[in-house]
Amino acid sequence: MEIFRVKQDIPFMKYSRLSAAISIIIFILSASFLATKGLNLGIDFTGGTIMEVSYPDGIDVQDIRDTLQSIELADSQVQNFGTEKDVLIKLPLKEGQSIAELSEKVSSALRLDNNSMQVRRVESVGAQVGEELYEDGALAILFVCLGIVLYLAMRFEWRFAIAAIIANMHDVIIILGFFSLFQWEFNLTVLAAVLAVLGYSVNESVVVFDRVRENLRKASMRSSTISEVMNNAITRTMSRTIMTHLSTQTVVVSMLIFGGEILHNFALALTIGILFGIYSSIMVGCPMAMWLGTTQKNLAKNVAEDTNKTTG
Amino acid sequence: MNHQPNQFPRWKYILIITSVLLSLIYTLPNFYGEAPAVQIMTLESGGKIDTSILKSIETTLKESDISINRLIIEDIGVKVKLESTDDQLKAKQLIQDAIGDNYVVALNLLPNSPNWLTSIGALPMHLGLDLRGGVHFLMQLDMSAAKNKGVDNLLIIVRKELQKEKIPYFGSTKIDDLIQIKFKKELDRSAAKAVFESLGTGRKIQVRRLTKETAAYTFVETNSANEFILNVTPNTYTNEDTRTVALKQNLETLNNRINELGVAEPIIQQQGADRIVVQLPGVQDTAKAKEIIGRTAMLEMRMVEENPEVVNASIAGNIPPGLEIFNNRNGDPVVVKKGAVLTGERIVDAAPGVDSVNGRSVVTLRLDSPGKAIFKRLTRDNVGKRIALILIDKKMTEVVTAPRIQSEIGGGRVQITGMSNSQEATDIALLLRAGSLATPMEIVEERTVGPSMGKENIDRGIKSTIWGFMAIIVMMAVYYMGFGLVSVIALSVNLIFLVALLSIIQATLTLPGIAAIALTLGMAIDANVLINERIRDEIRNGNTPQASISIGYEKAWGTLLDSNMTTMIAGLALVMFGSGPVKGFAVVLVLGILTSMYSSIWVSRAIINYIYGRRRHIDKLSIGEIFKVNNN
Repeated sequence: MEIFRVKQDIPFMKYSRLSAAISIIIFILSASFLATKGLNLGIDFTGGTIMEVSYPDGIDVQDIRDTLQSIELADSQVQNFGTEKDVLIKLPLKEGQSIAELSEKVSSALRLDNNSMQVRRVESVGAQVGEELYEDGALAILFVCLGIVLYLAMRFEWRFAIAAIIANMHDVIIILGFFSLFQWEFNLTVLAAVLAVLGYSVNESVVVFDRVRENLRKASMRSSTISEVMNNAITRTMSRTIMTHLSTQTVVVSMLIFGGEILHNFALALTIGILFGIYSSIMVGCPMAMWLGTTQKNLAKNVAEDTNKTTG
Repeated sequence: MNHQPNQFPRWKYILIITSVLLSLIYTLPNFYGEAPAVQIMTLESGGKIDTSILKSIETTLKESDISINRLIIEDIGVKVKLESTDDQLKAKQLIQDAIGDNYVVALNLLPNSPNWLTSIGALPMHLGLDLRGGVHFLMQLDMSAAKNKGVDNLLIIVRKELQKEKIPYFGSTKIDDLIQIKFKKELDRSAAKAVFESLGTGRKIQVRRLTKETAAYTFVETNSANEFILNVTPNTYTNEDTRTVALKQNLETLNNRINELGVAEPIIQQQGADRIVVQLPGVQDTAKAKEIIGRTAMLEMRMVEENPEVVNASIAGNIPPGLEIFNNRNGDPVVVKKGAVLTGERIVDAAPGVDSVNGRSVVTLRLDSPGKAIFKRLTRDNVGKRIALILIDKKMTEVVTAPRIQSEIGGGRVQITGMSNSQEATDIALLLRAGSLATPMEIVEERTVGPSMGKENIDRGIKSTIWGFMAIIVMMAVYYMGFGLVSVIALSVNLIFLVALLSIIQATLTLPGIAAIALTLGMAIDANVLINERIRDEIRNGNTPQASISIGYEKAWGTLLDSNMTTMIAGLALVMFGSGPVKGFAVVLVLGILTSMYSSIWVSRAIINYIYGRRRHIDKLSIGEIFKVNNN
C-alpha cells in the first residue's frame, strides 16, 4: 500500500505566506487567551487540596456541599465525574491551616454523614511547594529549548536551530492556548506532556531539515531554488510523517479512551501537540529556515567532512 | 561498496539473540504478580529476630493451619510469604499475639516469581504509590528554629567552658544569631576566642584553586569604656552543620515512628537541604499515619528560675535577659531559663505507668546513653530544683510539666510524678514521645491513593498500552507488509528491553510511567517507518533491493540520531526538574529512546539481514507497493 502517490513535489512553500498568516493568527489568539483567561492551574502549581471520594450507593453532591458548609469550607468546589458515585472535591489553600489537617477534617466530616464513603485519592500541595513546582516547570521548558537550539546549531546550522525552536514554541503556545480557552486543568502531568511534545515536535522538524540538508548537497539539485529544495524534502518525507504521527496518535487515542481521569488531560495535550507538530514542522519550520536565509552555501562548508561520515 | 552489504558477522547475531533472551528473563518477574506476606521487624534498633521467635512464628501458623509458602530471613527482619490475603490478615494477628509488643508485624507483598529468577536478581519493577496505593508526605523542616537552637546551645556550652577555664566575663547574651560576651580585660577576651576555636573545628574549603582554611566562627571585637566586647557569629557551614544534624535527627525520629506504625518497606528520604519525603505504600489508615508522623513538636528540658523575686518581676512583665515565660497546661506562667539542658532527641521512650509505692499515675522516660550522662550530672548538681519539660510547636509553646528533682538519677530512667490521673499520664507520655524532633516540621505536600484506585490505574495503563500496540501492529503490517512485520517484531523487542531495563534498575513504575511506555512505543515506530520509507525511496531511485536495504539503513541512522537526541534532551530536563510521577515518566522516556535506537537499528536489521542478506538475487522486497515517480 502506498498512500502518497505524488507525481510532482507539492509546492508547500507557495503557501508559506498563507500559513504564516494562519500561524500568526493562532498565535495571537492563543496568547490573548493566555493573557485574558490564563491557565486553569492545578493544585500542583497553585497549592490546595483535591480529594476524590466515592460512595458505593451514589450521592447527591448537594449533600456534600452542605456538609462542607457546616465545617466552614463553603468555598470548595464539589463535582461529580464519571458516575454519580465518584465525587471530586477541590479545597483552596487556607491561611494557617495545615494541609494535612484539612483533608482529614473533610474526610471525617463526610464519613460521619455517610459511613460508606471511601477516600480514593487525596492530593495536597502547600503554597511554597506549588510555587517551586511552577518554577521548576518553567526552568525545564527553558532548559529544553536551549538544549535543542544548541544541539541543532551544532549538528545543522543556527538558521535551522532557530527555525525549529520557533516551530516548536508555536506548538507549545497553541497547546497552552487550548488549555486556556477551554480552561482544562493544567497540572504536572500536562507539563510532562508539553515537554514531551517539545522533544517530539523538534524530532519532526529534524527529519525534514535532514532531507533539506541532504538535498542542498545533492549535485542534481544545485540549480534548484531553495523553495524547490524544501518542497522536495517535505514531499519525500510526507509518507513517513503521516505514518509516524498516525501511530503515535493511535497510542494517544488509546490513552484518551482507557487512561482515565489522570491521563486524560495528558493525552489531550499530546493530541494537540502531535496535530500541530505536523503542521508546524512543514509550514512553520521550513519557511522560517528559508526566510532566515538558508542557502546551499550555508551548508557547503560542512559538506566535505560530512560526506565521509553520513552519506552512503 | 561491499558485494554482500546485508550480512552481519556471527557475533552480532549472537549478541542480539543473547540480549533479547536476557531481557526476556528479566522481564518475566513482572508477570508473576505479588503474593501476600507478613513482615516481622523488631522495634529495638539493631535488634535481630532470633531462632526462638522464628520457631514461635512457625508453630503459631501451623496450629492455625496457615501454610507458609516461604520464609525469608533478612537483616531487618523476617518475611513470611503466604497463600492468600485471608491467611495474611489472620497470620498478622496471630503472630503479633504470639510474639508480643516488642515486634512489629506488617502486611507486605512479595514478588511471586519462582526462586531461580529471584536468585539471579530478576525482580519485578517497583510499583509507585499511584499504582499500589499508599501515602506520600513531604515534610518541611523549620531550619531557622534549628539555627536558633544551635546558637542557644553554643551559648550554654561557652558559658560552661569560660567558667571551667576561669575566664572572667560580666555579660553574655544572644542577640539574634550572634553571641555577645563582655570582658573587663583584653587578655580575657583573647582567651575566650581560643575557647571558641577549640569548640568549632575549622574546615578546609576550596575557593577557586586555592584551599583555604576557615574558622568555625567569625569574631568582631568592639571596645567601649572599660568594656572589651566579643561578638561571635557561627559561620555559614557551622550553621549548615547544625542543619545537617537536625535533618539527620528528624529522619531518625521519623524512622522510629514509622516502625511503630508497622509499615512494610517505607521510604524515608532527605530531599534537598531541608525536606524529608515519607512514602508509606499500602497504608490505608491515613489519619493514624498523619497523627503519628505529623506530631511536629519538639521537647526541651530547661531549668526553672527559683528566685521568687525574679519570678514575680518577670510575671509582672519585667523579664530579665536569659529568662523566658511560658504557660503550663493550666494556663499559669512558669519562668524558665533560656537554653535547653536536655532536648527531646535524647528521649528514647515515654510511657504512662503507676508508681509501685504509692499507686499514683506517673510517666516514665527512657533516655539514650548520652542523655543518661547529661541527666546524671544535671540531677546531681540540681537536687531540689525544678526542671521544666517544654513542648515547642510551630504555633505555641507550653510547659508540659515542671517536676522537682528529688535525687540524682543515673540509670537513664526518669519518673515524672505529679500526674492527677492516668489519662493525664497517657497524654503527657504521648506528648513527650512526640517531642523527639531536633526541629519542628510540617507536612507541605500530601498524596494519598486508595488501594482500589491503584489497581484501577494499573488496569488503565495496561489497557492503553495494549490497545495502542495492537493498532500499531495492524497499521504496520498492512502498510509495509513483510518489513512492517519485522518492524513490529523490533517494536516488541523494544518493549521487552524497556521493561527488562526498568526491572534491572528497579525503577519505580507510575501511571505516567506506563503512559511513557505506551508513548515510547508510538514514537519508537518512527525509527522503523523512517527506515522503511528510506528503503522504498532507494528502490524508487532505481537501486537494487540489496543496495536499497543497506543505503536505507545507513541514511536513516543519521536522521534518527539527530531526531532522538532532541527528544532525549527533553527527557533529561524532565528527569532533572521533574518530581514524583513526572520523574517516573521521564526515566521511562529516556530509557525508551535508548532501547528503541538499539531495537530499530540493530534488531530489525538483523532480521532483515537474516531474511535477505544471503540471497544472491532478489526480485522484490516485501515492503508494500511502491509508487514510482518518473521524473528522476
